[in-house]
Amino acid sequence: MKARQALYTAGFIAALLILWQVIFLAFGQRVLTPPWATFANAWNMLKMPDYWPDIGESIRAFLIALLIAFGLGTLGGILIGTWRACSEVLEPLLVNINTVPKVALYPVILLIFGLGIWAKVVFGALHGVIPIMISSIGAVRNVNPIYVRCGRTMHLTRWQMLRRVWVPACIPEIFSGLRLGFSLTLLGTIFGEFFASQKGVGFLLMNAIDLRNIPTIMSLILILVLFAVLSNSALLAVDRKLHRRQA
Amino acid sequence: MTRYGWMRIGIVAAAGLILEILCRTNVIPRLIMIPPSEMLASAWKILASGEIKGDLYFSLINIAIAIGLSVVGGFLTGLAIYSVPLLRATLEPFLTSYSAVPPIVFYPMLIVIFGLNRIPQIIIAVMFGLVPMAINTINGLYRIRPVFSKVGRTHRVSALASVFRIQLPAAAPYLFVGVTLAVSYSVIGVISTEFILSASGIGHQISFAYDNYDNRTMYGLVVLLLVIATLLNSTLRYYSQRMLQRWAR
Amino acid sequence: MPDATRTVHARVEGVTRVYPGRGGQPPVNALGPIDLDLYKGEFLSIVGPSGCGKSTFLELLAGLAEPTKGTIEFEGRAVRGQVPDGVGVVFQEDSSFPWLTIQDNVAFGLENEGVDPAEIKRRADFAVRFMGLADFAKSYPAQLSGGMRQRVCIARTLVLQPRLILLDEPFAALDQQTRLLMGDELLRLWRETGATILLITHALDEAAMLSDRVAAMSARPGRLLEIIPTGWPVARDSRIVEDARFGAITARLWTILRDESMKAIGRTESKGPA
Repeated sequence: MKARQALYTAGFIAALLILWQVIFLAFGQRVLTPPWATFANAWNMLKMPDYWPDIGESIRAFLIALLIAFGLGTLGGILIGTWRACSEVLEPLLVNINTVPKVALYPVILLIFGLGIWAKVVFGALHGVIPIMISSIGAVRNVNPIYVRCGRTMHLTRWQMLRRVWVPACIPEIFSGLRLGFSLTLLGTIFGEFFASQKGVGFLLMNAIDLRNIPTIMSLILILVLFAVLSNSALLAVDRKLHRRQA
Repeated sequence: MTRYGWMRIGIVAAAGLILEILCRTNVIPRLIMIPPSEMLASAWKILASGEIKGDLYFSLINIAIAIGLSVVGGFLTGLAIYSVPLLRATLEPFLTSYSAVPPIVFYPMLIVIFGLNRIPQIIIAVMFGLVPMAINTINGLYRIRPVFSKVGRTHRVSALASVFRIQLPAAAPYLFVGVTLAVSYSVIGVISTEFILSASGIGHQISFAYDNYDNRTMYGLVVLLLVIATLLNSTLRYYSQRMLQRWAR
Repeated sequence: MPDATRTVHARVEGVTRVYPGRGGQPPVNALGPIDLDLYKGEFLSIVGPSGCGKSTFLELLAGLAEPTKGTIEFEGRAVRGQVPDGVGVVFQEDSSFPWLTIQDNVAFGLENEGVDPAEIKRRADFAVRFMGLADFAKSYPAQLSGGMRQRVCIARTLVLQPRLILLDEPFAALDQQTRLLMGDELLRLWRETGATILLITHALDEAAMLSDRVAAMSARPGRLLEIIPTGWPVARDSRIVEDARFGAITARLWTILRDESMKAIGRTESKGPA
């Protein structure tokens, strides 16, 4: 069954690559680069020291944003979730705020934080923190009360309750929130680099548009896509494993 | 309105008031933020004067087209994946991973291919919105209780009539969630691309005002944008909730 | 009532249902062979242990599934692949449509038949009142209790004036007291419409108290082991349990079915108290 699934996946990827090649043949190299050339070029770019400062900048911004989003989101969510009245008031508010298109706030963030790395970091973190918080609140509130009662009948201390009941019960749902937050923070950080940025992969992309440097554009996009897909797959595998233990 | 509802309104109002005070006392300098009351006044002035009518229409039409394509395309895609087992086996794992890649990264490539006009913007917006609609369509079709089709057969309803009289209504709440997401994402997609690089649109005007240090116009436009998006989302969510309540057991 | 004066409403001959094995598993013999004559206007119940194929049998009779072997006839015509005109089905789970009001739910079947709107309203109103739902006509199923929702499903079947009504454990999800009352409702319905009723149930007492005849079905593959006539008068209700014969009939059913039920849960006879 798993082998068949892998076959389908491989088949799909192959079909995409063939489609890409066909489009290239149809539209020519003024507009696209073919799959093999794009991969080769991307690989070369990653090896060239010229690009390292920008790639480093992007990675740094993303990781800081991720840390803030994860940290604030999880802690905040858990705290809010534990206090019932607080979560009753705040959760709907957070859900409402989440539907606001955060892109509209980017210029405001730029005004507050200036053109440096912090605008990107805050914007990225902003995208991730609210869904993670909502998810964490849900995780805490949805812990089956039976588990808690079981723990009390076994006379567990508060520390033991936390470690052996609350944490294991919450982790799968919190992790799903983190996985979602990862993608959203990535989205926010990359967007931040497109708009009014002077360093980073996004900036390189915008630069390449002006210079009409098709190979660079394609390779950078490929690098970003591969990074997103691979990291998400890894997180998804962990997510599935955590949920399987619960079920 | 529940007690908690009032508390929420209170929190938002208090936040607005605090901002207003901080701005007016210059704790927050004018270069960074103008007082909320002035933001609202500016938004009203811009709307009333009609100076950005062209841009407003440009953005709204793009959003509308993107919503239409996302909803219809997403529905058909979801329907196809649900009905054809081979497609389902191949594509379903990709659907859940799709949201990992921010479609915005393809914008530069699309500009090169199609030029700097509404086409790349609409394509990006559809890339944002189509898949959530497809996923919710699949979910909705999947959750139709099998007994409903049996009822259709006992009443000798034809297959085609069954789609409209049984399956669509049965899947409607989930389809509606998909539509809500498609709308939300279409707005995000269009506005994001307008910020990055565009010749017209609300996002472009905000970007322009920012570049020109025109805080008053910028904040006015931001407020306008937020109001439009919030109105859209709230209306959809209101009907969505009403539908779910009617169904809730 | 002598058999000679009764007409056969539906006839089942030599019917079996075999599910093909998948993934190397042997095929599953779900039902049969079954022979049954259903007489016009009678109230017949089928009781049997879980998984014996009672619901499968009902689906075959309704035309919702096709038998692997054998024939099914309703009013002289073969039943194959589609639900014949004049047959109504009430399912085990609540199948009322959550997006329609009670009134619209009940009228659902008529919209299809090309009946004019005034007539639809008249017949739907009648069915709604008949099932005691008049106060809730504008409500939605979500606002009603389980028993009332099943009444909506019955009303929806009634508007088409079916001549044969098939019910698949319709009261299984209800508490005992509601079940007893719903049984009375069903009897009232039977008397006033004159339809033939086939009730599938796992409750022996329900079958014994409601029916003209009770058929006992074996464990899988389901076959009809014995058909017990009850001889009850037409004007009966749940208080028939006072009658001494009720105990005897129920006891007879249990004698037949006790072993079958044990087979169904995978136990064999253990020598208990004599």
